[in-house]
Amino acid sequence: MAASSTARSFLQVAATEEVVSPLRVVQIEGLVILKIIKHCKELSPALVTGQLLGLDVGSVLEVTNCFPFPIREEDEEIEADGANYQLEMMRCLREVNVDNNTVGWYQSTILGSYQTVELIETFMNYQENIRRCVCIIYDPSRSNQGVLALKALKLSDSFMELYRANSFTGEKLREKNLSWVDIFEEIPIKVSNSALISAFMTELESDTPVTQCDYDRLQLSSNPYMERNMEFLIECMDDLSMEQQKFQFYYRSLSRQQAQQQTWLQKRRAENMARKAAGEEPLPEEDPTNPIFKPIPEPSRLESFLITNQIANYCNQINGVAGQSFNRLYLMKSLHDN
Amino acid sequence: MEAGDRTVLQFSTQSTANLSAKVHPLVVFNICDCYVRRPDQAERVIGTLLGSVLSDGTVDIRNSYAVPHTESAEQVALDIEYHHNMLVSHQKVNPKEVIVGWYSTGLGVTGGSALIHDFYSREVPNPVHLTVDTGFRNGEGTIKAYVSVNLALGDRQLAAQFQEIPIDLRMVEAERLGFDILKTTSVDKLPSDLEGMEVTMQRLLALIDDIYKYVDDVVEGRVTADNSIGRFISDTVAALPKLSPPAFDKLVNDSLQDQLLLLYLSSITRTQLGLAEKLNAAAQIL
Repeated sequence: MAASSTARSFLQVAATEEVVSPLRVVQIEGLVILKIIKHCKELSPALVTGQLLGLDVGSVLEVTNCFPFPIREEDEEIEADGANYQLEMMRCLREVNVDNNTVGWYQSTILGSYQTVELIETFMNYQENIRRCVCIIYDPSRSNQGVLALKALKLSDSFMELYRANSFTGEKLREKNLSWVDIFEEIPIKVSNSALISAFMTELESDTPVTQCDYDRLQLSSNPYMERNMEFLIECMDDLSMEQQKFQFYYRSLSRQQAQQQTWLQKRRAENMARKAAGEEPLPEEDPTNPIFKPIPEPSRLESFLITNQIANYCNQINGVAGQSFNRLYLMKSLHDN
Repeated sequence: MEAGDRTVLQFSTQSTANLSAKVHPLVVFNICDCYVRRPDQAERVIGTLLGSVLSDGTVDIRNSYAVPHTESAEQVALDIEYHHNMLVSHQKVNPKEVIVGWYSTGLGVTGGSALIHDFYSREVPNPVHLTVDTGFRNGEGTIKAYVSVNLALGDRQLAAQFQEIPIDLRMVEAERLGFDILKTTSVDKLPSDLEGMEVTMQRLLALIDDIYKYVDDVVEGRVTADNSIGRFISDTVAALPKLSPPAFDKLVNDSLQDQLLLLYLSSITRTQLGLAEKLNAAAQIL
């Protein structure tokens, strides 16, 4: 995977050559992280979303506050309520001098299965109004394994152009040299805290030294987690194979159609020869009304890209957890030997 | 509020005997953030505490928000409408969080606080008043919680007094993970899985070293033996399961092989993905 990750960073650099300096890092305040963790954890296993507020400064996107969205039951009547809630919250926060600027949104996910078309659509919606927006994904199930699973994502610009044109044919993709790794860009996260808070936290930490250790990481049983990961992986592979079959069907029908076109053309040519011999007008070599000339639409590759991304994600997670398990097992072994 | 009488002043202590408060660090963060952002003319920040009351009487403080207020020498004015609006908004997200009290920054309790406490006790039966000393007046940041206790003389209610209750600063596991990054003023990148693993193992190693040193000290007579600690240590050592070495080895090797299998599977999947993508993209439409 090393080769493709360097390729990704090249593409990242190449794709963001715009007037505005490219987004290099997302700077989050500790407060925001705590709020996101709390919200996602309280309402898990339901998936939740919320809004991020902050400032856009040069190549750094600062996220200074956030607020959660209530869960929508039915979409029809709550639409207006949702917008009202947002306006109300923004107004109230403005009164206490919180940055009133939306810079993105966050959402929780289960085992990293967040690559859906809805995510892309939400991105496009946000991108129309805000110049730079980012999506933060938090995975509470991975945090039970002992990892702070926080990621900042952004759609790559080349992908956005393609999406706007809504064309995902093989030709276009080859033109832009776009592959499935290029849909989402992950941006490194930096955490910052005000001096007051860090003073308080250092103060409070000394009160509880031993109990604050994170021993959940040393838990030996990661089997249920791995099992669920594998289940998701298998489902995704099924989806992927379905997409592959769609493609194959398309290619087969395309080649069949071309064969039909050839035979029809031969027949026409033969007829024309006969006509020329008889001295009549040759018939045109094309016949647009004939159904075998109708171009078959090429299925969009968007789904397969997303699924591939998903699978790659699961594989990465499995690798990470397996690595941790190795460490734990060796630790156990040495403990026992002693 | 002092006792100037010969009769005994009664404190109604039955409600405060076992009352304590659990504070989530998010609340402290919120308060500090609001303090840093306060308007220039305000000296302190006042806000509402949200949470729930647990079954054994402890107050679990989970969230908070600031309420704009104006304060002068004699009077304090709180923006009640703002307070209600924020409460409604917060309850839309999490209806289980109710008002449990209010907070203010600054050490100690002032006269104006009594009025505000009165206001909050109209909303909630026994509000908790949290003070967070952001000025570090004692040389350290103190967080104290108070409840209002009624002073009764015989049958007559005299006054109410702020009485301190113990606080427990509590952190959830997920938050504990990120605790290191929350402590410093800036962290350049979030720790990856293996780095976090390393830190945890180092902590464990440090703890084991401490115990080792302690046992050595006791054996050499430098420190008097404390029986309860000794019992704890023997309990811990006995907690390691007693397996014969071959059985234990088999266990470890089996798990190792399972993990290796999974790694192999995921690498195969990734290769497959790369291959499929190349084939798909390279397919030429003639």
